[in-house]
Amino acid sequence: MKTVPFDEALTRYEPVIGLEVHVELGTQSKMFCSCSTNFGAAPNTQVCPVCLALPGAMPVANRAAIESIIRIGLALNCSIAEWCRMARKNYFYPDMPKDYQISQYDEPICTDGYLDVTVDGKVIRVEIERVHMEEDTGKLTHSGGATGRIHGADYSVVDYNRAGIPLVEIVTKTVVGTGALAPAVARTYVAELRDLMRALGVSDVKMEEGSLRCDANLSLNRPGDPWGTRTETKNVNSLRSVERAVRFEIERQAAVLDDGGRVHQETRHFQEGDGTTAPGRSKEQAEDYRYFPEPDLVPIAPSREWVEKLRLTLPELPSVRRARLAEAWAIGEFEMATLVNAGILDIVEETVAAGVAPDAARKWWSGEFTRAASERGVEPADLPVTSADIARVEELIASGALNDKLARQVFEAVLAGEGSPDEVVAARGLAVVSDDGPLLEAIDAALAEQPDVAEKIRSGKLQAAGAIVGAVMKTTRGQADAGRVRELLLERLGVEG
Amino acid sequence: MSLIRDNASVLASAIAEGEVSSEEVTRAHLDRIAAVDERVHAFLHVDSDGAIAAAKRVDAKRAAGEKLGPLAGVPLALKDVLAMKGQPTTAGSKILEGWIPPYDAAVVERLRAADIIILGKTNMDEFAMGSSTEHSAYGPTHNPWDLDRIPGGSGGGSAAALAAFEAPLAIGTDTGGSIRQPAAVTATVGVKPTYGAVPRYGLIALASSLDQVGPCARNVLDTALLHAAIAGHDARDSTSINAPVPDVVAAALNADVRGMKVGLVRELSGAGYQAGVQQRFDEAVAILTELGAEVIEVSCPHFEYALAAYYLILPSECSSNLARFDGMRYGLRVGDDGSRSVEEVMALTREAGFGPEVKRRIMIGTYALSSGYYDAYYGQAQKVRTLITRDFTEAFEKVDVLISPTAPTTAFKIGEKVDDPVAMYLNDIATIPVNLAGNCAMSLPIGLAPEDGLPVGLQIMAPPMGDDRLYRAGAAVEAALVDRWGHLLIEEAPAL
Ligand SMILES: [Zn+2]
Repeated sequence: MKTVPFDEALTRYEPVIGLEVHVELGTQSKMFCSCSTNFGAAPNTQVCPVCLALPGAMPVANRAAIESIIRIGLALNCSIAEWCRMARKNYFYPDMPKDYQISQYDEPICTDGYLDVTVDGKVIRVEIERVHMEEDTGKLTHSGGATGRIHGADYSVVDYNRAGIPLVEIVTKTVVGTGALAPAVARTYVAELRDLMRALGVSDVKMEEGSLRCDANLSLNRPGDPWGTRTETKNVNSLRSVERAVRFEIERQAAVLDDGGRVHQETRHFQEGDGTTAPGRSKEQAEDYRYFPEPDLVPIAPSREWVEKLRLTLPELPSVRRARLAEAWAIGEFEMATLVNAGILDIVEETVAAGVAPDAARKWWSGEFTRAASERGVEPADLPVTSADIARVEELIASGALNDKLARQVFEAVLAGEGSPDEVVAARGLAVVSDDGPLLEAIDAALAEQPDVAEKIRSGKLQAAGAIVGAVMKTTRGQADAGRVRELLLERLGVEG
Repeated sequence: MSLIRDNASVLASAIAEGEVSSEEVTRAHLDRIAAVDERVHAFLHVDSDGAIAAAKRVDAKRAAGEKLGPLAGVPLALKDVLAMKGQPTTAGSKILEGWIPPYDAAVVERLRAADIIILGKTNMDEFAMGSSTEHSAYGPTHNPWDLDRIPGGSGGGSAAALAAFEAPLAIGTDTGGSIRQPAAVTATVGVKPTYGAVPRYGLIALASSLDQVGPCARNVLDTALLHAAIAGHDARDSTSINAPVPDVVAAALNADVRGMKVGLVRELSGAGYQAGVQQRFDEAVAILTELGAEVIEVSCPHFEYALAAYYLILPSECSSNLARFDGMRYGLRVGDDGSRSVEEVMALTREAGFGPEVKRRIMIGTYALSSGYYDAYYGQAQKVRTLITRDFTEAFEKVDVLISPTAPTTAFKIGEKVDDPVAMYLNDIATIPVNLAGNCAMSLPIGLAPEDGLPVGLQIMAPPMGDDRLYRAGAAVEAALVDRWGHLLIEEAPAL
């Protein structure tokens, strides 16, 4: 596929982006029935007459889901409709049990909001056109065939566990004037939205499990010209992919336009492997979904009292919180972003609240514990170590009872389930050796083993001292204070440090 | 007493008193079905074992001294459009042949809870689309008054079962007249309750905003008892009304219309109505006046657009409601030979599984909802619907109930209108406005048309949640007619 280098493309064209984000709500039950929404159950075990669309079954709207979407709308500064209806979106597809999806059409529950995002220190206001609710479809898996799509497959199987899970669709207005920042704006917006959903507690927003999905719309136009034809890129399953997909479409569409071609209005699929997009099912004619108001559901008319009550439950906005914490911890935007992306901001804050210095809390969580979590395939916050454990270990370091190396051993043992830090220290006999006697013995032994090294040090080559210090640390199993060992060694050899 | 001719309330008290067992009553009806249903074809499926087992449970309860409900032990015929666990449920369509529901409709749960004995599932126009039961994929039902004639539709099976004394109680559903018009042409009683009064959960939807489940019987009191057994809120139906059910049984026992204001709908009589139908209707009006009701004429000017609006709203909703019958999860599947695409299998299944009337309405509805046509058709029809509702609201400011003939003609011959959809649709001209507005209405027998000797029905209409008014007025008219004739009109039905 022909592309134009990104920087060059931007010298001739202005990108216009639009983002549609689907968020699976973390409600206990589905949107229109009482089936569980747990991820990963055996196929077709979380189903009932309603979500299988058995003849006669009827939907009933889940109040918790409506509550979640109103809170999302309020957090995005939207107006909340006083009265609105669900609508049926009609089309035949085997992943949709009713062959229509209950969604919203011209009466979305939340409209006209915004979300501010900061990119390169610049605040960009992304306007929200609408936030509406709908139900998820089942999951089709195609076997055989080259394309992995339904056409050409030998057979397909469908799992309706996902059918009917409440989804919220958040649609931006077109975002203009971002220029070369367009890919980063798209990524940051989705990241910001993800953090907001997390702060609201309405979804676990795991892109890899599909609980947050993003479609990225992009068009290019020459400065001063009307907007170009847009493409809609689907299958964008990570923050990095959002950025890459927008970037690639800019490069691809620029090449099409440079050649005097026309960009086709189409759905494209992002290819994780090489970072390109490929055309999806071509739409010769626009699909007619024959929307009409869902007659099986009464209209939704959230009372103003309810809406105001929900407004009081809104958490501090993630951007406000990040700014507050960054200032308190004296860290910059980059360090903060690292914590957010690693998913450890909450736990670091908790650890600081437990009395640990911010730097130490960040160091432990982004180093030791992030590594341990990824080895175990769990979230850092789910590791069996508490903020109180970290606070205790930091106390022991400060008092000189532990050094860094020993502290890491303590945590290894804590993570292995050997007990609290104090229990581990006692059981393993981990303590910094502060008595000079055993250290001097160990130094003498090391010097006797490496007479040539001893000679070098005596002759003034102080960098050779490391070998002896290392040997002593080894015999003391790391429990010595390396600084003290060096002092004693130089004293022993009568060399000035 | 006659186990098959007596009314449900009489049977229920005989069972409660121990004069007869529910099993005996049930077996008598199963025997009657075996004797006559080959000619009537009211039933698509008879659940003899289930019915007898249920009857035995009622008898055991009685023997144990448990308190029984007012209809306990009495048999009932269930329209095949309601899901019943473990029993075939086809909605009169080939596309659901062989499907066995894993759950009970809300109404079926309530029937079971009331210890009513479900004999089986009755015939109907496919997916309740029709006014003659000729559109059933399983062959027509015959009117017990004249086996060459239609029993009305879509609930012809339920009405015919009552008129043929195969069951003293029946459940119907009414989207545009499917309870009332069959009642009218078989000399039985049928009520379309207020929209939302009886839960629809488990009712295979035709048009969600119009469908309503309702009671059918051979007299007004039995109908009221059954109404009371099935009405009331159910959280599984979002449109179900969460309010106390009007006391319809008390109303049926209080057959007094003195001082009641009755509105005669000018637009629902006269031209287009068979002479004998009009004559019996005029007599009913005279009876109401004699009984002390004040009858005045009222006008509902938008009713003339009701049929047109109805035949846009209904097909629109049904085109969507019937989409699920795609051969993927249950029922018929055609063409799945490993070489065809999923769209082809869906199309072949629907082509083979749906009858012509169903296809016609799906096509009309698909067209009416299409982008570019929506406003002109579906949107416009909804506006008319609002105007019709307003006509009713204004009329009910002046009167307590409205009346009209239930159907413009008596039962026509099987085959007479089956190829003329518009002629068929006109049967429901008087019943459709009620569904569009969500009101309630009853049809009860008021005599035989002199020219053909076939039953004529009176329609009584009341505002939403005014269901008790239907029973008060209906019981009064019924009592006056029984006084005059010495018996219910149904007693004059041929013996078969
Ligand atoms: Zn379910």
